[in-house]
Amino acid sequence: MTYLRNIGTYFLMIAEMFRKPTKWSVMKLLIFKDIDDLINNSIGIVAFISFFVGGVVTIQTSLNIDNPLIPKYLVGFATRQSIILEFAPTFMSIIMAGKVGSFITSSIGTMRVTEQIDALEVMGINSLNYLVFPKFIALLTYPFIITIAMVLGILGGMAASVYGGFSTLQDYITGIQYDFIPFQIGYAYIKTIVFAFILATVPSYHGYYMTGGALEVGKASTTSFVWTSVLIIVLNYVLTQMLLT
Amino acid sequence: MIEVKNLHKSFGDSHILKGISTTFEEGKTNMIIGQSGSGKTVFLKCLLGLFEFEEGTISYDGEVFAGLTEDEKRNLRAKMGMVFQGSALFDSMNIVQNVMFPLQMFTKMSKSEMEDRANFVLNRVNLKDAHYKMPSEASGGMQKRVAIARAIVNNPKYLFCDEPNSGLDPKTAIVIDNLIQEITIEYNMTTVINSHDMNSVMEIGEKIVFLKNGIKEWEGSNRNIFKTENESITDFVYSSNLFKRVRKMYLEEIN
Repeated sequence: MTYLRNIGTYFLMIAEMFRKPTKWSVMKLLIFKDIDDLINNSIGIVAFISFFVGGVVTIQTSLNIDNPLIPKYLVGFATRQSIILEFAPTFMSIIMAGKVGSFITSSIGTMRVTEQIDALEVMGINSLNYLVFPKFIALLTYPFIITIAMVLGILGGMAASVYGGFSTLQDYITGIQYDFIPFQIGYAYIKTIVFAFILATVPSYHGYYMTGGALEVGKASTTSFVWTSVLIIVLNYVLTQMLLT
Repeated sequence: MIEVKNLHKSFGDSHILKGISTTFEEGKTNMIIGQSGSGKTVFLKCLLGLFEFEEGTISYDGEVFAGLTEDEKRNLRAKMGMVFQGSALFDSMNIVQNVMFPLQMFTKMSKSEMEDRANFVLNRVNLKDAHYKMPSEASGGMQKRVAIARAIVNNPKYLFCDEPNSGLDPKTAIVIDNLIQEITIEYNMTTVINSHDMNSVMEIGEKIVFLKNGIKEWEGSNRNIFKTENESITDFVYSSNLFKRVRKMYLEEIN
């Protein structure tokens, strides 16, 4: 029963988020601030993780291909597929659920605890539109982050492959071009947009509707990470089933 | 003027407000007092429209809150100023930005006009050199003044204060009380203060509503409170020996 009520409240929150919009002159500043907080401040960690995970994927693939009949360019092919189809859109989103999701939940949760949300409501401001809508718009630029993850993941794989002596640069480049299906990029971006919506709204829900004090803000951040990750994993399965089969 | 008629509010099986009726007049500092758990905060949040209630009406200069659409309620709330117990200043903005916020949201003023108005109200609450401090860098007294400045910057018709001097030293508390009273008279606002600070009650309580277990047990002014025979309020107000002696002296003096 509680789950049903929470799901209902979540959808009502989304509907309310679009009502009674905040003045555009204020809203645009909020959107730029959220793009800075949520997207720009994540580029460093995303670049770092993607580059090294790309390298590890290449090394693991190379070490598992010990049959001399399998061409070396398959290392590049496997790296490209792993990075574009799963690592960049899905696993990077789970990492972002930890980084961005916790930030959203704790910042909104702290506003709830310190009555700042009540202050907005008393002033006659639609607090959901003021707080959640700019995050939703900011996260529409999330595919930019995922593009960086894709490019750096493949570059990391290339560096590991060439400098680790697992295959030549020519083989790797042949591999990443081999059997390229453009729709797979589209599939990755469709998932990215869906996950961006989840990343903006689920942590906001947990922050906005929390009750209690500072300890509960921490608990809400943890719960938000768990539920955001669970939803991303489940939706990843559903979208893959729908779009690739 | 705010008129409350037969207000009932429950949370599950717990009946918090049991048929409260009263009026809060404009140009006066109206106070809601009572022990912890008596329903003061719930009453104030009902007045602010933050809580929905099961029965009764609240009208603001004749406008019945429950009969308004969501948009009309938001427009009415734009005429309200609120000073929260913890000040509720926006962490991400400095002091002058906090004060300018209601103007940005509800007026078409230019940036320089908003700055002029913010400077005017900050001067009015005697805050002159703290405009660019962040709320975390301001003392409790300063934060309360900023909260008052933010609450009055848009010329509200109704000012609500939840424990405005909690956590402040007695001297600063009196300064804040006097400031609220002066502003109430100056702008002819309907001010409702939720407090259990007896100094404030005696100092500025022009109309006092005493709640006990969700029922309005007594109402009157800070002058009447010395003379009342109502045991509930005398037990509450004169619970300290100091106030008992003050009351005795006052009654001896007027007799």
